[in-house]
Amino acid sequence: MIGLVVNPVAGLGGPAGLKGSDGSDVQLLARERGAVERSDERAQRVLSMIARSYPDAVIMTAGGAMGESAVRAAGLDARVVYVPETVTTAADTTAAAAAIAATEADLLLFVGGDGTARDVCSGLPAGFAALGVPAGVKMYSSCFAVSPAAAGAMALAWLDTRSRPPLREREVLDVVEEQLRVGRVDPRLFGTMMVPYLVGRTQARKAAMPASGHEAVVAAARGLAAKLCTDGVYLLGPGSTVAEVAKQCGVVSTPLGVDVMRDGRIVIADASEHQLLDYLATVSTDVPVKAIITVIGGQGFLLGRGNQQISAAVLRRLGPDPLLVVATESKLIELAARPLLVDTGDRVLDRELTGYVKVVTGQSSTSIYSVEAPENEGAQTCV
Amino acid sequence: MSLPIAPKPALRRFHQASWDEPIVFELSTPGERGVLVSPVESGVREAVGDVIAALPASLRRSAPPALPEIGQMRVLKHYLRLSQENLGADLNVDVGQGTCTMKYSPKVNDAIIRTPQLVDLHPLQAEDSVQGALEIIWRTERMLAEISGMSRVSLQTSGGSAAIWTNISMIRAYHASRGEADQRDEVITTIFSHPSNAACAKAAGYKVITIHPDAEGYPDLEALRAALGPHTAAIMVTNPEDTGIFNPHIREWVDLAHSVGALASYDQANANGILGITRARDAGFDTCHFNLHKTFSTPHACGGPGAGASAVSEALEPFVPGPIIERVGDRFVIVNDRPQAIGKVAPFFGVIPNIVRAYSWIMSMGAAGLREVAEIAVLNNNYLMKRVLDIPGASAPYAVGRRRIEQVRYSWQELFEETGITSEEIGVRASDYGMHYWTSHHPYVVPQPFTLEPTESYSMKELDEYADVLAQVVREAREDPELVRSAPHNQTVHHTHHDDLDDPERWAITWRAYRRKYFSGASASAS
Repeated sequence: MIGLVVNPVAGLGGPAGLKGSDGSDVQLLARERGAVERSDERAQRVLSMIARSYPDAVIMTAGGAMGESAVRAAGLDARVVYVPETVTTAADTTAAAAAIAATEADLLLFVGGDGTARDVCSGLPAGFAALGVPAGVKMYSSCFAVSPAAAGAMALAWLDTRSRPPLREREVLDVVEEQLRVGRVDPRLFGTMMVPYLVGRTQARKAAMPASGHEAVVAAARGLAAKLCTDGVYLLGPGSTVAEVAKQCGVVSTPLGVDVMRDGRIVIADASEHQLLDYLATVSTDVPVKAIITVIGGQGFLLGRGNQQISAAVLRRLGPDPLLVVATESKLIELAARPLLVDTGDRVLDRELTGYVKVVTGQSSTSIYSVEAPENEGAQTCV
Repeated sequence: MSLPIAPKPALRRFHQASWDEPIVFELSTPGERGVLVSPVESGVREAVGDVIAALPASLRRSAPPALPEIGQMRVLKHYLRLSQENLGADLNVDVGQGTCTMKYSPKVNDAIIRTPQLVDLHPLQAEDSVQGALEIIWRTERMLAEISGMSRVSLQTSGGSAAIWTNISMIRAYHASRGEADQRDEVITTIFSHPSNAACAKAAGYKVITIHPDAEGYPDLEALRAALGPHTAAIMVTNPEDTGIFNPHIREWVDLAHSVGALASYDQANANGILGITRARDAGFDTCHFNLHKTFSTPHACGGPGAGASAVSEALEPFVPGPIIERVGDRFVIVNDRPQAIGKVAPFFGVIPNIVRAYSWIMSMGAAGLREVAEIAVLNNNYLMKRVLDIPGASAPYAVGRRRIEQVRYSWQELFEETGITSEEIGVRASDYGMHYWTSHHPYVVPQPFTLEPTESYSMKELDEYADVLAQVVREAREDPELVRSAPHNQTVHHTHHDDLDDPERWAITWRAYRRKYFSGASASAS
């Protein structure tokens, strides 16, 4: 059974040039600039696809503009399990997600952007399946379908219990909009979500990569773990692929934070930039130190999105070849030939890191991939 | 007065045969026989004695095998009915299996390989008694050497991947002969090269480095520069790639590889767009391979046997697998004693029926005909590309706006984003019109992919019919998506669900395993 939560104001700030729609004052400003909501229309596109194939479907949702009205407009049966205040806030999204997850619903569709994904993520129990319907301004997270129709196709596949799609872990990032508005992109890796994905009927048969996403992650992690020296110091970045590297080394890392690993054990967990710098000051310069990082989010960022603790100052301390990059081949393929991106805030360092990076994709398998600094994005955020 | 005959509609009103035929094991009737074997004549029996008793007890069955017992005519009907429930290469406009080069396999070549002179050959016959077969192998090798520009060809392998593995094995032997086997432990390939290149390199013990496309969609030359070094044993690339894109810098790739002492291996499994136009050796490659069951018209059969050809430059000749056939005067002799050869990569001399078919096909074409094959294949492909790209929602990612060689990897991503209909659903619905395509695109780089390769075999009229079917299905995807999503409707079987295929726990790959797994308690043999 499907659950639905709509962020009624998602995307409001985009056309108004406001970098996002977080906060009621921003929403008011957007309306003054003539912006209109688009999340309701996007929700209805998904729901009308469900209604065509499953006219009797029951949708677990929140009251009014948070889902109920869109469900009814599509002619479906809305079970309202959460009623928000008249003016909805982020807390309503979180509470609605939690309430829906407590029902028989087993897939939550949420309509919004990165902020909505963050609020939904807070409300869902670990492992609960969710999929974003894109309607927001900021889309750094990789838990969204490419379009409302694609989300609708996923919902239909989910409702057909004989061909229920598999799940994979995807990152939820969020930018602090106040900073974005003053020209700083500083998104945090907020958490992860289990997101369903459609695979082709014959895709796995002749594919060069392991059949399941998890096996591919394990293969990449093993490939990277095999490259580590016993006496090295390693900064373990966030993300499930790096967490798997830690697991292969016999340690448990902080999934959303940066840890320091030395002699096969974690010496600092969830370190801040300052803690990293303080620790590195105690490490003899002849000890090799590397940062183990992966691609975070859907945009291809290696640095500067979700792992800001590994800052320019930290990277400079690591020396000329500071990175060990690990990612599955499918993560690189999803970039569709777009480069990997580094945005440490230090233009000179960014330039040094651009060029080509070796990405460990499996045991004895690497890809050579291009790295660029997002000049355009920087310019955009300086408006 | 003539009978009024209604004109045919633009799209054929197709319906696949549906015989609802049981599994062959379910047809069994105890005691029924297809062939009654005559009793052994007494003279023979007396001379030979008790053959069964001569077998070791461990090899003797305690009970007869549980094979289905069926009369000859019923068996014939069974398989004819199953064959009618197929969209085989000789029935549909089979352009939808891009990368497979599904060209026409002339029936006359099947007649040739059924002659007793070939059917009754034994691979251990004395050299003197098989001069004709040896000559055909030798001549086919020489023709493929001419087509590739290489010095020597081995036809021993029975498939493309085996030929690629043979090539990397010869490269490894070459480096070993120079004392560089340990130093050179890396092979570089590209993401659009057939993954057998990476897989064979891995199987041969190499680390594999993959190059992704540059912003233009071509294999990234600068990335190659970054990847090459003293550890590089070889580059192994497909060109044109599975996208149909020809790497315009291919000579530079080879020269760069050679500049660090590495060799260059060319995957030309599908050489259909370049026959008589470019040659691997002329581009500097040290090895290449062909699939006879692609470019050279031999059938793909049902997953085999195919036939591979490995071609090498002079420097690699000593490592070619054996035995090899040499012409000495007007005789053809089998040479086994070659100390540097990598050994046998397949039994005996290869898949003789396919070698004979390929030989016959090349001879019937002639040199000018081979070039014409490539020219028509490229024209057909670019005509079909124009027709397909006119369908709203279709695109050809990478090297946008450029022409392709012999195939195109298209994408329905725009249509998917608009309608939620996937490439796979479009392919299944197309089968309702007697056409189909597959979506087994390895690796899965292009979203919602489909790959069409018209070869030289199809007429403009047939390509138009294929494009019309795709356009119709795309219309349906917009106007009646449920019709597409629930397809097929005119097929032998209705809509199927593939999570059974994705879950090894649910697999049952034989009838008996199926009975055991899902009908435990029932008789497993049913025969």
